[in-house]
Amino acid sequence: MKVHEYQAKALMAKFGIPVPKGGVAATPDEAKKVAKDLGGSVVVKAQVHAGGRGKAGGVKVVSNPDEAAEFTKSILGTQLVTFQTGPEGVPVTSVLVEETMNIVKELYLAMLIEPSTRSIVVIASEAGGMDIEEVAATTPEKILRAVVDPTVGLQPYQGRQLAYGMGLAPELVRPAADLMLKLYKLFVEKDCSQAEINPLVVTGDGRVLPVDAKLTIDDDAMFRHKDLAELRDAGQEDPLEAQAHDIGVIYVRLDGDVGCLVNGAGLAMATMDVVTNVGAKPANFLDVGGGADEERIRAAVGILLSDPNVKRVLVNIFGGILRCDMLARGLVAAYEDTKSTAPLVVRMLGTNAEEGRQVLSESGLNVTIAHTFNDAAEALRG
Amino acid sequence: MPQESGPVREYKKTMSILVNKDSRILVQGITGKEGSFHTLRCMEYGTNVVAGVTPGRGGSIFAETSVPVFNTVEEAVRETKANVALIFVPAPFAADAIVESADAGIPLVVPIAEGIPPHDMVPVARYLDASTSTRMLGPNCPGLISPGDKCKVGIMPGAIHMAGKVGIVSRSGTLTYEAVGQLSGLGIGQSTCVGIGGDPVSGTTFVDVLRLFNEDTDTDAVVLIGEIGGTKEQEAAEFIKAEMKKPVASLIVGASAPPGKRMGHAGAIISGAAGRADEKVKALIAAGTSPIPTPGDIGATIQEILGK
Repeated sequence: MKVHEYQAKALMAKFGIPVPKGGVAATPDEAKKVAKDLGGSVVVKAQVHAGGRGKAGGVKVVSNPDEAAEFTKSILGTQLVTFQTGPEGVPVTSVLVEETMNIVKELYLAMLIEPSTRSIVVIASEAGGMDIEEVAATTPEKILRAVVDPTVGLQPYQGRQLAYGMGLAPELVRPAADLMLKLYKLFVEKDCSQAEINPLVVTGDGRVLPVDAKLTIDDDAMFRHKDLAELRDAGQEDPLEAQAHDIGVIYVRLDGDVGCLVNGAGLAMATMDVVTNVGAKPANFLDVGGGADEERIRAAVGILLSDPNVKRVLVNIFGGILRCDMLARGLVAAYEDTKSTAPLVVRMLGTNAEEGRQVLSESGLNVTIAHTFNDAAEALRG
Repeated sequence: MPQESGPVREYKKTMSILVNKDSRILVQGITGKEGSFHTLRCMEYGTNVVAGVTPGRGGSIFAETSVPVFNTVEEAVRETKANVALIFVPAPFAADAIVESADAGIPLVVPIAEGIPPHDMVPVARYLDASTSTRMLGPNCPGLISPGDKCKVGIMPGAIHMAGKVGIVSRSGTLTYEAVGQLSGLGIGQSTCVGIGGDPVSGTTFVDVLRLFNEDTDTDAVVLIGEIGGTKEQEAAEFIKAEMKKPVASLIVGASAPPGKRMGHAGAIISGAAGRADEKVKALIAAGTSPIPTPGDIGATIQEILGK
């Protein structure tokens, strides 16, 4: 679950990390008030779950409260399109108004769980404010890492080592290391899957603090963070993805016209690849999972079919625990619910596959039965 | 500090290819809905299930079988000499169950649950490596099956398998069944099929399984099925290049997935160039594996390899 910058900074502040002075605003008047309280020039930042806001016109430095209100008015209610969003963009429903700072150095700091070391890894770089992938590709020596042993946690020396490595002045090494230790505590206690501060800045008055902040809370750990659930902003998600999330199905919307209904993540990816290989484009990733019942299948297919781009549907099911006949009934019900006429290519194997095919052939829907993976692909080509 | 590439881990000698006729299976969470359903399927297949564990249900007998249920793994191991733990405990409690079996000295633990928080698995993986000789397969995996030994330790549909000499190792469940279906359809049997799971923090790696297949006299060729995300396939490629004596056919799925989006499996997310499908395919081809052109060609590719 992604959270907004202002929410990330509030969590960081709770863990004792210094953050810029500021406040969130959902109206121009609120923005004006925050700017007035801060005094002087402020920066107004659109709150969206996407990077690249600056270049997209979502961030502006203004010199007085009236200008803050004006910019807020101009951006609230719009869709911000950045290189990380689709062409439709993401809605701006709030802004963060913050003090401006005299920045003398921009750094990079991130934490993540790394599969290869099966550990939490801290990544730091003196090259802040840039795309870190780019830095890693062109100047890999500027990327520093510390692997954390979970038995003892991140150690202060590791923080100091990273701080020295980023070329921080001696008096800033301890504050920087301290910030890393606090971020690590937050990262572990709040089950974060990713934390990124880019840039982490050094100010003219000798502070080390985050100017931008991204936190992702692990979805699988939300059961023990009921308090964080309220940070979810479903408005930032694709509406169909948000609906799927609510019924417990994994659905990712893509930009093609072939709706894909599959069980299992690997088979679902394989199915998308096969669709792509024959020159068609998948409209979605959808894993209905092994434990889905008829109602959930019906709801999931309903979501798939409500994407207006979907012109045809590929069903690829390897029945195990999931019974093909049950899936077929859910599928037919969803077609009735949505009155969809999208033709189907259906491949079913495993538990009750024959019964499943029968349910579909008796349904009156436009069904092409395929027996192998390659047959299914060819049916889409034709 | 853990080493960057991970040490070669030494395990207690378990069985030739992880499980066989002598495997004595213990099921944690045997009385739960999933646990009881799958335990019965495993037993129908011929698997030697010797014990179940559900705290509070000790002293009872599981369903219409003669399998005794214990309160603790320690007691179950003492009474039944169980040597494989199949774990159906739900995700929020799975880490505890894994450590319980490891502490009871079980050499192979197979947690099936999807959705165990990675922050639970980081210390568990570290603990198993540093303080026990237990091998973990998974989590978020279908388990493993050795058809020739009639030993099924997991949730895969048993009937599609046939005994033979092709090993399968995969990050995916249903895609493994797909591979098995294609092979069996061509009359090509399997030695052992191993699902290493779709989570970012997991136990047994491709390299671990490849090493076992390499030494297994019952395996002639291997199918490796990887996914986008992480670098496990690149590590496999390095091992294959350096040490693999048997032909490997490789398939990577997720080439059509957009970066930054989690494709179901928590580990299947492209973050950085190394996680992309084309990088993995490139590494595996350079290592000398036979690329499987599309997911529909798994069986045909192996048939061609074996025909040579």
